[in-house]
This record gives sequence, structure tokens and C-alpha cells, in this order.
Amino acid sequence: MTERTMQNLLQGKALGRTEVEDLVVVPLFAVVMALILGAVTMLATNIDLLTIGRSYVALLEGSVGSVNALSETLTASAPLILAGLGLALGFRAGLFNIGAEGQIVIGGLAAVVTGFSFAQLPSVILLPLSLSAGALAGAFYASIAGYLRAATGAHEVISTIMLNLISYRLLDYFLSLPYVQQTGRSDPISKSVPDAAGLPRLLTALDPNLRVHAGIFLVMIMVVLVYWLLFRSKLGFEFRASGENPKAARFAGMHSGIIIVAAMATAGALAGLAGANQVLGVLGRATPGFSAGLGFDAIAVALLGRSHPVGVVFAGLLFGALEAGGRQMQVNAGVSIDLIGIIQALIIVFIAAPLLVRAIFPWGFRSKKGGTS
Amino acid sequence: MATARPAGTSRQSTVTGVILIGLAILIALLLAPDATGDATFRLSRPRDRWPIDPLVVPSGPFIYVIATILAFLGVRQFLRGGARWALLSLGIGLAFAVAAFLVWATAGKAFSMTGMLQATMVRAVPIALGGLAGVLSERVAVVNIAIEGMLLAGAFTGALVGSLAGGIGGLAAAVAVGGIFGFILAALVVTYRMDQIIAGVVINLFVLGLTSYVSSQVFAEYRHLNNAPVFQSVKIPILGDIPVVGPMLFNQNVFVYGALVMVAVSTYYLFYTRYGLRARAVGEHPRAADTLGINVYRTRYINVTLAGMVAGFGGAWFTLGSVGRFDEGMTGGRGFIGLAAMIFGRWHPVGALAAALVFGFADAMQQKLALLQTPIPSEFLAMAPYILTIIVVAGLIGRARPPAADGKPYVKE
Repeated sequence: MTERTMQNLLQGKALGRTEVEDLVVVPLFAVVMALILGAVTMLATNIDLLTIGRSYVALLEGSVGSVNALSETLTASAPLILAGLGLALGFRAGLFNIGAEGQIVIGGLAAVVTGFSFAQLPSVILLPLSLSAGALAGAFYASIAGYLRAATGAHEVISTIMLNLISYRLLDYFLSLPYVQQTGRSDPISKSVPDAAGLPRLLTALDPNLRVHAGIFLVMIMVVLVYWLLFRSKLGFEFRASGENPKAARFAGMHSGIIIVAAMATAGALAGLAGANQVLGVLGRATPGFSAGLGFDAIAVALLGRSHPVGVVFAGLLFGALEAGGRQMQVNAGVSIDLIGIIQALIIVFIAAPLLVRAIFPWGFRSKKGGTS
Repeated sequence: MATARPAGTSRQSTVTGVILIGLAILIALLLAPDATGDATFRLSRPRDRWPIDPLVVPSGPFIYVIATILAFLGVRQFLRGGARWALLSLGIGLAFAVAAFLVWATAGKAFSMTGMLQATMVRAVPIALGGLAGVLSERVAVVNIAIEGMLLAGAFTGALVGSLAGGIGGLAAAVAVGGIFGFILAALVVTYRMDQIIAGVVINLFVLGLTSYVSSQVFAEYRHLNNAPVFQSVKIPILGDIPVVGPMLFNQNVFVYGALVMVAVSTYYLFYTRYGLRARAVGEHPRAADTLGINVYRTRYINVTLAGMVAGFGGAWFTLGSVGRFDEGMTGGRGFIGLAAMIFGRWHPVGALAAALVFGFADAMQQKLALLQTPIPSEFLAMAPYILTIIVVAGLIGRARPPAADGKPYVKE
């Protein structure tokens, strides 16, 4: 149902009342409810009303209040959208891939290593090379879980979670290797990415501190590409068919094993790109824990965006804004940024359980009806 | 006779044979040349009532013997392997390989077997309780990804309430909060028909966010709120003095005893009471159960809430059972390993406990091996339990059957 809604929206068709409820009212109520419950949490931890007001103002200012805030929001959104696209594609194919975090780690690591290994190459070659190294590494890492699912039936939820935990140890190991470790440092930090491999910043002419970088073009290309792949290509049709009804897809002559591996690999490539985007565009090197839970937030982004590329963009922008605003909130009002995690989880609860939102706000909806997803 | 066997079976025999022979070659080539001197395994501690002499193994010959046995088992699989023998020889082969590895790592040094087994039991506790929580909720067909969050909630509550009201109060509160999250999961998936995996992921995210927030906002300032007493070991007289297994089973704290009792009680509940039969019926065929007058919704609510309480108890282990202090994200994926233990244990409480002991052993071995200073990087040893989980899930899933209605919402007509 939501799918048709999205298609209609893209083709500029008018939306019916139920579709507006699905697309606008439920997410709106979800965000409002989450912010209210966030305020309740702050009250419960002995924060006075004035500070709560100040922190929500800071949240708004830090996300959209200035050019710098917008730049920060875009910077924070880019990896979430990239990884979220991959996860959305996996969800469409019926794969619940929790492994974006590990794929980001491996992808980012591969991009950094490629970046400093071929530092003498010109930027025109080195940047695409590093990006594709990240995508390939992510694709390979994800396809391990895909292969295991296809060959042995091992559920991808368990295997991707394990691969996440393994990826942290692999990162620690690689960062301690003399080839990767920054020379002269005893702590686990990789060598820096050369400028030729970095994603160039876009608005340094305006203000050298603006961090928004060319990764946002990468995001735009990938959104269009994933949309095309999912809804206009044969492979995408096969992904969706085997996600909706694996048995029917198999009887129609599709090779479920190959489809699973291909879907996982594509998802992993996008997550790997997200990792590469972080190290080449923002961090400039790999450190332990550089993925910072992006892969888990991306799951929320994909769910919130209802596994549709356009929805993922909006969800990613919302989460990026919360992230950027949360940092401002911590500085201005002294409220820990971990509060954002609570708000994000609550938003997904309300979005993923439309019946719950309808139960809380019965007046916002035309009629009572069954589950919409 | 080979044609009489189904194709899958003979393929499995071949794969098992290849794995066993591969292990034999690896052990003979990599481990044997390094092993010189005797490996000493201490079986009792200095002040034990009934001391036993340590077990001394000449490392080189022992490893060659193991490699030979493995090669024999592998060749046997190739020539005349049956489906039943494949799994058995793989299990035996892996156990022998682990023994060879231990002897290699201990060669020329001494190693306390008693301490190792005791640590195995302790580390198995949260995994076993997580697995048990998984069994209880998946038997009524609710997939419980939220175990990790429930463990974390139990750990947090144990530390907070334990600091204010003492250990027993903290433990009770942890169980209660676990139960509340179980109830929330049931409400989301049963009443509001949310996707079960999404509901679980969301509870994990929410608990992680809430506990990290309180921990950085409140605990950082008021340290006395995060300073709970730790339950000490209680030695059971006489039984605790049994050599080797005594300290492992009968000289532990309340969490180990609690886990063992809970496994026994839930086995009895699920398989020997009418309520357990009803719960399993709901998990296998909810429509039929409903027709017979069993309230499917209520059964799911009750069992998932019970699962949450078990996970809350297991979570309290992290704070009240070991360090007495809460740290952000301190459960570190134990809930997910518990899920793997549930699958490995074929959705049976005793199976989950046995699987948890295997994971606990891998975990304990990783710690002890770090002390023995083997040339293997510690990161790879730390990966061992996770790789083991993947192998287990990949290798066993075809043989273990989940409850038939697992993961499917039930809508009463």
C-alpha cells in the first residue's frame, strides 16, 4: 500500500486521505510523541523545564538554524542514507540485514588502506578507486552472510550480528599492523588519507569550517541508482518478488540462492560506501569504533523510510538533523546526546506500529482500520 | 549402498570428512612441530580437601595421536559415513582438536583445569539465561531479538536499585524490569501486530539509549547510585569439595544456582505440565490451539513476560554478579549469543544450557590463553566465540526445527 503511495507521489498524482495519513500524519505524530516522551525522560532525570526548553531550541538551531547547522545535518545524513538504502534494498528482498555496522567498518578500512597505499596517483583515479575498494569490501563482507543463508539456511540476523562483532576485532587487529598504523604512534590509529583520496569539501569558500563534502553527490547518485535497480530493473523485480513471496518466486524460475547473495552484496556495497564516505569525507583516517553505531541507526532510517529510496532520504535527513542538533544540545544545555538515541527508538516504535499511533490519537484519523504495513 | 542414501546425506558425510582430515593436517603441520615439553593440567587447588595429582601430558606425542585419530575419523567418513555418524564424528573431532590446541598452548607450562571449568560456568550464565528467555518466547512463536536489550535493562536496574536497596532488592527489581520489557514486546507484537524483529530491534535501541543516557547524565554525577554490592560465592558443603567439578557446580554465586534451577523448572513447565503443553501448541499451530479453547493472546503475553523476567535475572549477573557497576552497553552482544545458544540447543532449555557452556568455554579459554601468551593475536582469540556461533548456526540449522508458527503474528478471526 505504501509502495503505491510513494509511486503516486513521485508521479505527481493526487493523494487520497488514507495516503496522507500514512505518509504525513503517522510520522508527524511519531516525532511529536517521541519528543514529548524525551522531555518526560529529562524531567525524570531531574532536569528543570527551562533547560528542557533550551535543549529543544538548541536541537532545532543545531540542525537547521544556520548554514553551519545545515552543513552538519547533511554531513551526518550522508552515511545514514547510503547505508539505509542498502538495508532498505535488503528488506525488500526479505533479508533482515543487521550487519551494516560491520560492513561500514570493513568498507571504511578498505577505503583508507587503498587511499594511503596509492597516494601517488592523481585524485581522478585515486578517489574512485578508494570508494570502490570500500564498496567491494563491504559487498564481500555482506555476501558471507548471504552465502551462508543461501547454502545452509543460517539466519542472516544471527550471522550478521556475529560478523559485526568480528569486524570490530578485525579493525583492532589491522590498526595494530605496522603497515596500517600511523608511523610514530603507539595507539591504534591508521595512516591519514592523502588529500587526493579525500572527498573535497564544497563550501570552504564560504567558511573554511563548513564540513559538507562531495559525498552528498554520491548519495544523490545512489538514491537514483537504487530506485532504478529496485523498480525498473529485472534484478530488482526478482529481489522484490522473492521478498514478498519466496515460494512463488521459486516456482517462477528465480534462483533464490543467487538472489539472496546478490541482494546482500548490493546492500553491503552501499554500507561499504557509507564507511568510505565517512573516512574519506569526514574523519580522514580509521580509528577504533569510527563507525560509531551508524549501521544500527541506518536500520532505523530504512524502517522509518518504509524501505523506499525516497523515504530513506527523508528519514536519513531527519536522523542526521537529530544527530547534528543533539551535539548542539549537549553543548548549549548540557543534556547528554544519548537522549537522541531514546527519541530515535521511540520514533520507530510509533512508525512501525501504526495501530499504536491510531490508538493514542484516534481523532487524527478518518476511520479505524487494520494494520497498514 | 551409496545410492540408497539421499544426496544431502552423502554430501554432508563428504564435507565432514574433508573438515576432519583438514583439521588433522593443520594440527600435524602447525601445532606438532612447536610442541616440546610436558603440558601440566592442574586438577585441584592447593587447599582442596581431596587433592588430586595434576595431569601431565607429553605434548608432542599427544598432538600426533590426536592428528591420527582425526585423520582416521575423516577417512572413515569418506568411506562409509552415515548421516548420524557425520554429526557425532564432527563433534568428537572438534573436541579432540580443542584438546590438542590446549595441550599445544600449555606445552612446557601449567594450566589450572579447575579454574578454567569454573570460569566456563560463570561465563555461560548470561548466555544460558538469554537462551532460556529465547526458548520461552519462541515456544509460543514470538521471535525475541530483544533479549540483548532485556539483559541490558536487567544489568542497569540491578546496579541502580542494588546501590539503593541492597543486592536482593536490586535482583528483584531487575527481574521486574525484565518482565516489563517482556510485556512491552508482547504488547507490540501481539496487540499492535508490529513486525517481531523490528519490535525487538527497537527495544534494543531504546534500552541502549535510555541506559546510556541515564548513565552519562546521572551516574557520572552521582557515583553512589552506581555502586551496588556483589553477590559472593556460596559453597555447598561436601559437594563443593568434589574434585574438578565441585568448584564449577557447587561453589558459585546465586546466579549460577538460579540459572540451573530455572533450566530445570522451565523444562518441567514446558514438557510436563498442561500449561507447557498449551504454550507449545500455541507455538506450533495457534489456530488449532484457539479452536480448542486456549487463549492464544494471553498465552503469548504470559510466556513472553516470563522470558523477560528470566532475561532480567540474567542481566543482573553483569552488575550484581560480577563488578557491581553499570557501564554503557556492557552486555556486549551476549543476548545475541544466547539466541544462537537457543538454536544450537534446539529450542530446549537443557540444550540451550549445554550450548551456553560451549560458548562459555570458548570465552573462558580466550581469557586463559591470553595469560599463556600464545603467538596468536588476542583479537583472533576474542573472535573465536563469534566464529563458533556462525559455524554452529550454519552447521546445525538444517537439523534443528523451530516451532512451526515462529515469527508469525496470529489474528483471531
